Amino acid sequence: MGNFIISREDWSLHRKGELDKERHQEKVREAIKKNLPEILSDEAIIMSDGKKIIKVPIRSIEHYHFRYDFNKQKHTGQGNGGTKVGDVLGKESGSAKGGMGKGAGDLPGYDYYEAEVSIDELTEILLEDLELPHLKNKSKDEINHESYDFRDVRKKGLIGNIDRKKTVYEALKRNLLKNSENLYQITQEDLRFKTWDEEQRPESNAVIIAMMDSSGSMGPFEKYIARTFFFWLVRILKLKYQNVEIVYLSHHIEAKEVTEKEFFTKGESGGTKCSSVYQLALDIIKHRYNPQQYNLYAFHFSDGDNLSSDNERCLLLVNELLKVCNIVGYGEIEGPYYYTATLKKEFSKINSPNFVMTSLRDKVGVYQALKAFLKKDV
Amino acid sequence: MDELICLEKAAEEIEKIALGFGLDFFPMRFEICPAEIIYTFGAYGMPTRFSHWTFGKAYQKMRTQYDYNLSRIYELVINTNPCYAFLLEGNSLVQNKLVIAHVYGHSDFFKNNWHFKNTNRKMLETMSVHARRIDEFSFRYGKEKVEKFLDAVLSIEEHIDPYEGTIKEQSSNKKIKEVNNPYADIWFETNNEKRENEKNERKPVKDLLGFIGRNSRYLEEWQREMIFMVREEMKYFWPQLKTKIMNEGWAAYWHIRIMRELDLTEDESIEFAKLNSQILYPSRFSINPYLLGLKIFENIEKRFGRDMIFEVREIDSDVSFIRNYLTEELAEELDLYNFQKVGGEWRVTEKSWEKIRDNLVLSLNNCGFPYIEILDGDYGKNGELYLRHRYEGIELDIHYLERTLPYVYELWGKPVHLETVVDRKHVLFTYNGEKHSRKIL
Repeated sequence: MGNFIISREDWSLHRKGELDKERHQEKVREAIKKNLPEILSDEAIIMSDGKKIIKVPIRSIEHYHFRYDFNKQKHTGQGNGGTKVGDVLGKESGSAKGGMGKGAGDLPGYDYYEAEVSIDELTEILLEDLELPHLKNKSKDEINHESYDFRDVRKKGLIGNIDRKKTVYEALKRNLLKNSENLYQITQEDLRFKTWDEEQRPESNAVIIAMMDSSGSMGPFEKYIARTFFFWLVRILKLKYQNVEIVYLSHHIEAKEVTEKEFFTKGESGGTKCSSVYQLALDIIKHRYNPQQYNLYAFHFSDGDNLSSDNERCLLLVNELLKVCNIVGYGEIEGPYYYTATLKKEFSKINSPNFVMTSLRDKVGVYQALKAFLKKDV
Repeated sequence: MDELICLEKAAEEIEKIALGFGLDFFPMRFEICPAEIIYTFGAYGMPTRFSHWTFGKAYQKMRTQYDYNLSRIYELVINTNPCYAFLLEGNSLVQNKLVIAHVYGHSDFFKNNWHFKNTNRKMLETMSVHARRIDEFSFRYGKEKVEKFLDAVLSIEEHIDPYEGTIKEQSSNKKIKEVNNPYADIWFETNNEKRENEKNERKPVKDLLGFIGRNSRYLEEWQREMIFMVREEMKYFWPQLKTKIMNEGWAAYWHIRIMRELDLTEDESIEFAKLNSQILYPSRFSINPYLLGLKIFENIEKRFGRDMIFEVREIDSDVSFIRNYLTEELAEELDLYNFQKVGGEWRVTEKSWEKIRDNLVLSLNNCGFPYIEILDGDYGKNGELYLRHRYEGIELDIHYLERTLPYVYELWGKPVHLETVVDRKHVLFTYNGEKHSRKIL
């Protein structure tokens, strides 16, 4: 006999790892909340193209200690033979900006915690964080409308509403239990029908009029900020309204309606006349979106470098827009240059409660802008 | 039950072969456990350790990798007497045979390597006592408070003096036994005296935890107790950190030789070969300790004979192991290289074997942790703490440094300074409880 013992214990009560894991996850959720402004503008989300669940790379909750600078350290590795001085092993992972990158998994060093969050969940955290009360429909816009929602399954119903999947499942279950030979035989008792609930819902439509300055001074960074803003605006308004449409208007001296892609990518050169886009917005509203039926949200991004002769007209038209829109917003993206006569100065004369003006300096500013914009809508 | 009987038969055979090879190990206790448990042990370092969210984080990471089939721990072995080894439930018989053979190698190493001579072989019990104490503290002082304090203590847990006192204290213990009277302790330094001596001597102190635990004026007794518990646990882990390459190399060396002696079927042989090559796969961005250790041991055997490897496993640690036995021939054969960041790319920068050897030694120094020592516990005659990083050519991560200082402040209660080198300049980082500052010296 050897001098050893082999045994198998009952470990089912040993839950330490799970408990501490939960504590860590709690800390991660706290961190998401705390870093919301940065996470909101994460490219992984904004470029997700409508995917419901996206992975947001979140730096895991670090436990700090004194350590060497990994990037300045010389490391030793091992190849499969024939490695030469000068061979490239990999590219730098995750730069400070954006902060993600696939390289993270390949190269050691930074520790990313890949939290799986759905956009809906993030929207919820965002709402919670903005301390907005539950969004309500405005009574004056209500046109009652019956809507149907298939959300129940019953044994009796119209044959046209048969739920095939559930029916086959029931048949299989029954046949298997009886050990019968033909598993696929369906009888009357297996049939399942989808049934609807009637719901009185206010018919509610919202239109976002997204306006952007596409003059030379608006670069990819400025567009990214605008894109992030509209991304979340749509998400949040969708919680409130049944249908949310978005109209993209781009302008320099002249304004035109463009596709989403053009809106966020195309740049023009030349000067800026913001009044052109306000006029176009008013025209579109007049022809397509009756303010009696639509909740209108207009938002304009610019760097504020407007032709000064145009400023007065802008003021006039924004006041017109304010008459028909729930909210009109103006976001001025502060560039590296400093203009004394920006539009912002002109707009500070407006004192309508439905007008929101914010300046954005960086990605984090999007969060502030959303906050300012949505607070008005409560 | 069949499985257990098979396993017992296999273990018996393996033990016999190991003894035949001259391995000298502790009595073994094998336990078969489910994956969650193995990963818990892996994350905590010990099954009975106290709770903290950092372990939960490590556990989750390991667990996810296991669930996605990215990596697996087949075994976990603990330096205790008797020596506990945990086998993953669902391992095939061949996997278990390999693991058992491997574990006998570790057990021999734990028992015979000089650096393990003073480790507490009853650490399972000690740690469970610690865990219970910390639970009591949580109950008495509040979970949050204890967690927050642990955050601070663990942030400097690796800054101990692992061999401090081992020689002195050992001889002291002997004297106690010899004298064996109630006043015997009069001959030895008490904690109070040590405190006085530390103040007067002004020699650099590597043992941050010990120094702060003894000298901080802002700690309550339970907090001091926690510091010393964490310190004791780190002392226990230190020899393992110090001999990672040797220990894994030794175990790999023996599992290969033991497996060769076993009567494996063809299928089993193939499975073993596959598994073995997974374990011994070279890693582009780091060193695979199993592979490097194994190759060095084999090379030593080739050059000096088998007796020599037993001698090396007894007296060396990773630093001396690499410095003495990594040869030009080996570095070439293993295709080792140094790499670093050049611009935005990680690029191979050196292939000369001496450079590789020196870099490995440098990165293994002090178990890969920056060497930080206390120069003054009464800096500016104001009770401030002055730390110095012994710069050996690698700069500290400033981002981390500035986030660790507040933890030290929390323990010390007075402004904390750390001197290090940034861009060839000596810089003093300070945290005063409210804000950070730095100045060039």
